[in-house]
Amino acid sequence: MKRAQPIETRQLLHSEPPIFEQGSPGRSGASLPPLDVPAVDPVAHFGALARAADPELAEVSEVEVTRHFTRLSRWNYAIDIGLYPLGSCTMKYNPKVNERVARWPGFAGLHPAQPPSSLQGALALMWSLERLLCEIGGFARATLQPAAGAHGELAGLMMIRAYHQDRGRHPTQVLIPDSAHGTNPASCTLNGFTTVPLKTGADGLLDLDALRAAANGETAALMITNPSTLGLFEERIAEIAEVVHRAGGLVYMDGANLNALLGKVRPGTTGVDVMHINLHKTFTTPHGGGGPGSGPVGVVAALEPFLPTPTIEKEGTSYRIEYARPKSVGRLRSFFGNFGMHVRAYTYIREMGGEGLTRATEMAVLNANYLRARLQGAFPLAYDRPSMHEVVFTDKRLKKETGVQTLDVAKRLMDYGYHPPTIYFPLPAVTGGAGALMIEPTETETPETLDAFADALLSIVEEAVENPQLVKDAPHQTAIGRLDETLAARKPRLRWTKQSST
Amino acid sequence: MSSDYPNDLRYTKEHEWARLEGNRATIGITKFAVESLGDITQVDLPKEGEAIRKDAVFGTVESVKAVSDLFAPCSGKVLKVNDPLSDSPEYINEDCYDEGWMLVVEVADLKEIEALMTAQQYAEYLKENH
Repeated sequence: MKRAQPIETRQLLHSEPPIFEQGSPGRSGASLPPLDVPAVDPVAHFGALARAADPELAEVSEVEVTRHFTRLSRWNYAIDIGLYPLGSCTMKYNPKVNERVARWPGFAGLHPAQPPSSLQGALALMWSLERLLCEIGGFARATLQPAAGAHGELAGLMMIRAYHQDRGRHPTQVLIPDSAHGTNPASCTLNGFTTVPLKTGADGLLDLDALRAAANGETAALMITNPSTLGLFEERIAEIAEVVHRAGGLVYMDGANLNALLGKVRPGTTGVDVMHINLHKTFTTPHGGGGPGSGPVGVVAALEPFLPTPTIEKEGTSYRIEYARPKSVGRLRSFFGNFGMHVRAYTYIREMGGEGLTRATEMAVLNANYLRARLQGAFPLAYDRPSMHEVVFTDKRLKKETGVQTLDVAKRLMDYGYHPPTIYFPLPAVTGGAGALMIEPTETETPETLDAFADALLSIVEEAVENPQLVKDAPHQTAIGRLDETLAARKPRLRWTKQSST
Repeated sequence: MSSDYPNDLRYTKEHEWARLEGNRATIGITKFAVESLGDITQVDLPKEGEAIRKDAVFGTVESVKAVSDLFAPCSGKVLKVNDPLSDSPEYINEDCYDEGWMLVVEVADLKEIEALMTAQQYAEYLKENH
């Protein structure tokens, strides 16, 4: 390794107070003319619903608002600034061509309530995207409506419930491995299912015996993530699906980690019946605050009747919006979902082509394994099996030798100019008190970036040996240092009030 | 280890403890669990009168690191809940065997408690597995 150094930060950054503490009473960004109609008494019109006191809004000029948010934005970190190795999140680079196409007036200027005859281009794009996603995932049909991954889970489980009810069955349970995303049990609860946790086996994979013991007539579905959140491929997926199917259940796959499978595995052909796809992960649409997300759901033919309405159907050379679907679970989102994201994902898929997507997966897996090879000496692996697109390390060695923990390493990484990886997740990696670092570099990072990042982590290990307090007190280079996360979680202050500011 | 894991308690592999008095058991989580979790920020417990089932999840504990399930050391009916924990989860960090207790349950089958690990067995289990 090459000893890395914390980054130098030299740009002018303003320390910025809350906007409520700026401005002056009575100031406004708009110059309204004097009232020239009779004033209305809100109490006379709305009674008890009328506000007793004016809301405590910020009273600032347009310039103050612009500067406030622009200054705050410069405190931010983004994929366009540097490596964002947040495991499980697939923080992919968002190609600029996507943005360009999404801004074409023919897409950006549409109104979803226009007559379908004037929406043909948009409908064609959605119809084609559905086919592309089905081709990639191995499914018969898909819905583009869900607004994010968890919304896709909700949609998928609603279809699973409708499928069973259509057969006169009312199974009550969903089996979920303990390595699952936290949204999986939440989606089950929203659908009225109880969840049965399945323990991860000693090899980091789903334990077939535990599955066999848990699968029975009450099993509505298994929710599995493949590769799992441990970055491991569930090699026994076909056998797993067979156990679930034999019990009368369906297999739901959380497609959050699809980036490891493009062009290699089509989940629909491995026994998976339903899968959501995160366009904001695998297909390069913006993520997090820059979203919105998009979580299309693919299904096998048996579940097609239950897809949400409307669907988009092609007849000859034209496209129409189909509402007449008697067994449908109904509408799950206004209009057609987050259409701007469909445009971006479609652009990406067409730009890459099948070979390009396959190559992206290969590079994502290669990059994760490169980091694994460079870092596993200092950070022992949670499970020593071949890694897919992400790799989970532990702080076992570092903690024992220096007292420095995962959280400290993550904070110190900021001083080196990186967004920290996901920490203390997934659960099987942190049982027994170990700290976990879950690193997903994605396919677009160069060898130089990966080396610099590995050097930074290894330099932090050296710092922890030389001067553990330096790491425990990190970050030092950021606008705000180590926060009291415990106090923030125990006594959260969620909104500004005049009292709380003094 | 003896003060970390009091001799009058029984222990589970999931790091809960149970203190039996008559047919009542007080339940909490061990010092090892607390140290692994870090600062605890929220606890979700069943209500009085509800039933818990041995080895099933009876609640969750959330720390700055993660949300973890709580597994019942025995089956029984919940007689008392340590309500102050909802406002002051830090009691668990400060004193997990006394002020940080979680539930008192009426034990359905005393044999379930007897089958749990003793302090010495638990200490050995930790040594072997962690």
